[in-house]
Amino acid sequence: MDDWKGNRRVFWTLGTPGFFWLLLFFVVPLGFLFVMSFSDKAVVDGQVSITDYDYLTGVSNYIRAFEPLYLTIMWKSIWVSALATLVCLLTAYPIAFGICFAPAKWKPLLLLLVILPFWINLLIRTYALIAVFRTQGYVNLALGWVGLGPYDMLYNNFAVIFGLVYVYMPFMVLPLYATIERLDRSFLEASLDLGASQFQTFLKVTVPLTMPGIITGIILVFIPCLGSFLTPDLLGGANAVMIGNVIERQFKAANDWPFGAAISFLLMYATFGALALRALFARFSKGVGV
Amino acid sequence: MPDAIVSIRNVSRRYPGGVVAVDDVSVDIEQNEFFALLGPSGCGKTTLLRMISGLDTPTEGHIYIGGEDMALTPPNKRPTNMVFQSYAVFPHMTVAQNVGYGLKVTGVPSDEIKRRVAEGLEMVKLSHLADRKPDQMSGGQRQRVALARALVKRPKVLLLDEPLSALDAKLRDDMRMELTRLQQTVGITFIIVTHDQDEALSMASRIAVMEKGKIRQIATPAELYEHPANKFVADFIGKVNLFEASVVSQKGSDVIANVKGLGKLKLVSDKACGKDVTIAVRPEKLKLSDAAPKVEGIVKAQATVRDVAYYGDWSEVVAEMADGTSVSVNVQNEKRSIGSAAKRGDKIWVSWQGTDSLILTE
Repeated sequence: MDDWKGNRRVFWTLGTPGFFWLLLFFVVPLGFLFVMSFSDKAVVDGQVSITDYDYLTGVSNYIRAFEPLYLTIMWKSIWVSALATLVCLLTAYPIAFGICFAPAKWKPLLLLLVILPFWINLLIRTYALIAVFRTQGYVNLALGWVGLGPYDMLYNNFAVIFGLVYVYMPFMVLPLYATIERLDRSFLEASLDLGASQFQTFLKVTVPLTMPGIITGIILVFIPCLGSFLTPDLLGGANAVMIGNVIERQFKAANDWPFGAAISFLLMYATFGALALRALFARFSKGVGV
Repeated sequence: MPDAIVSIRNVSRRYPGGVVAVDDVSVDIEQNEFFALLGPSGCGKTTLLRMISGLDTPTEGHIYIGGEDMALTPPNKRPTNMVFQSYAVFPHMTVAQNVGYGLKVTGVPSDEIKRRVAEGLEMVKLSHLADRKPDQMSGGQRQRVALARALVKRPKVLLLDEPLSALDAKLRDDMRMELTRLQQTVGITFIIVTHDQDEALSMASRIAVMEKGKIRQIATPAELYEHPANKFVADFIGKVNLFEASVVSQKGSDVIANVKGLGKLKLVSDKACGKDVTIAVRPEKLKLSDAAPKVEGIVKAQATVRDVAYYGDWSEVVAEMADGTSVSVNVQNEKRSIGSAAKRGDKIWVSWQGTDSLILTE
């Protein structure tokens, strides 16, 4: 493909709408929030104002974000997201593998099944999960038939992780599918032919050669998990607050936009850190063919 | 228990949907042979090779390697190793790691791996590239890696799937020599799959010619060329002039046949032939002359030169006989001269010894 320098007019024609869209609805609001994160609510007549701000007063919001309360929630968000990502990976790998090795006529249908949940609103899907897991829900109903339960399965970390895995699974399956599909089968055959067992072949050939898909999947799942607030709110309740819920509350219930903006930016920096790690990894694993 | 190193008995491979890739094939491959499976694409030769390696499974029949039935032996437990057509050199490992892979996964001690990898790389002359990654290497070098990787396993049988097809012409010639040399030094049975008759003829000690899942003939290269068993083999191996003929009479080995375009001819056949036969004669057995040759007992016909292709050391002359049948004649360009012996439109005589032609019954 030509690079855009050869076709400036085409580039600008196609690029301008998107450019202004991003500028207006992403960069400008983000800049506003950035300024906000260094501001404080104004004090008018000895009372904290609801709508007015003193702009660029300092880093007090960032200092507050490092209070133990928020650090604990941040840390918990990270490990809940990490665990959800791991479960996603372990479940999605066999699924992606299965689709790749399925007969060609079945593949489109199986891929459709993977992305089918996207067609239903996230809120509705999450409420459906509540119906499945609540004390009088379907799981407990089924357990009741064999004389077990009922168990409290909602409003804890398990429910949050399950919900996150359920919601973000397709983001793991699709990149894995794309890399496994491109994987030359003769590498696996060569490994078997050279005396490796199926398991050795998987560990020493399949996993390293599909690493680009694994990394992409991890990033596509981990980052939205870290920022999620709907799933922990509905499935975790008060027991499983994540950093996304904290941010949401600052902007809504607590009406503390400056502090919410500060945590938002900290979360964004954490995300950048994860992406930088990926870039670093890609440089070292050069030759695998990302 | 068969004593051949590889013994294939009535093996078939049917795919769901009715496709038969390999159809009731039986062949014995002896210890230390350089054996070629030759045939056009889709003839089942690669499927047969993959069944020997265990990567594919016969739907009928048995494969014995070293006298043992391999039916229940997975590929990683078989005493065979394969050089893949795509080489399948692992891109995430260095050359040395690739070559040592098969030893490492089977628990060979690391100092022995080191020694055998060094030996293997020495054998394919790649010692200086041991720490390279495959993406920094040429196709020919990657193939050597694949070869060393298979040979360090010291298999009883080395399987090569179209090993030369991805190399350019010069490299192909070098590699052909190299493979023959390697086979003689390591003393391992080589089974090679190829669609290129030159490759098979020049390297193999025996060749099985396959067509549509069946073996049409198994013979040494010279036998295949001079005594093809049927029309398919005669036509697939080298160039050949084929004439339709009907047998008039046969007394012992003397056959008199009415050949299309040539009239009644005296020919030789050591087996009884039916009525309709095909007469085959190789282009280099034919002679060109300006006047009718006066020798008795030879086949001769007048023809007009239609086309001359010049190849330097030899030329191919295509001539058309009175009834429209065309024949190819190979002429050695023995004398140094500009322009070859025949020109388009020349009236010439084509002749050959009757005993140089062959009667094919199928």
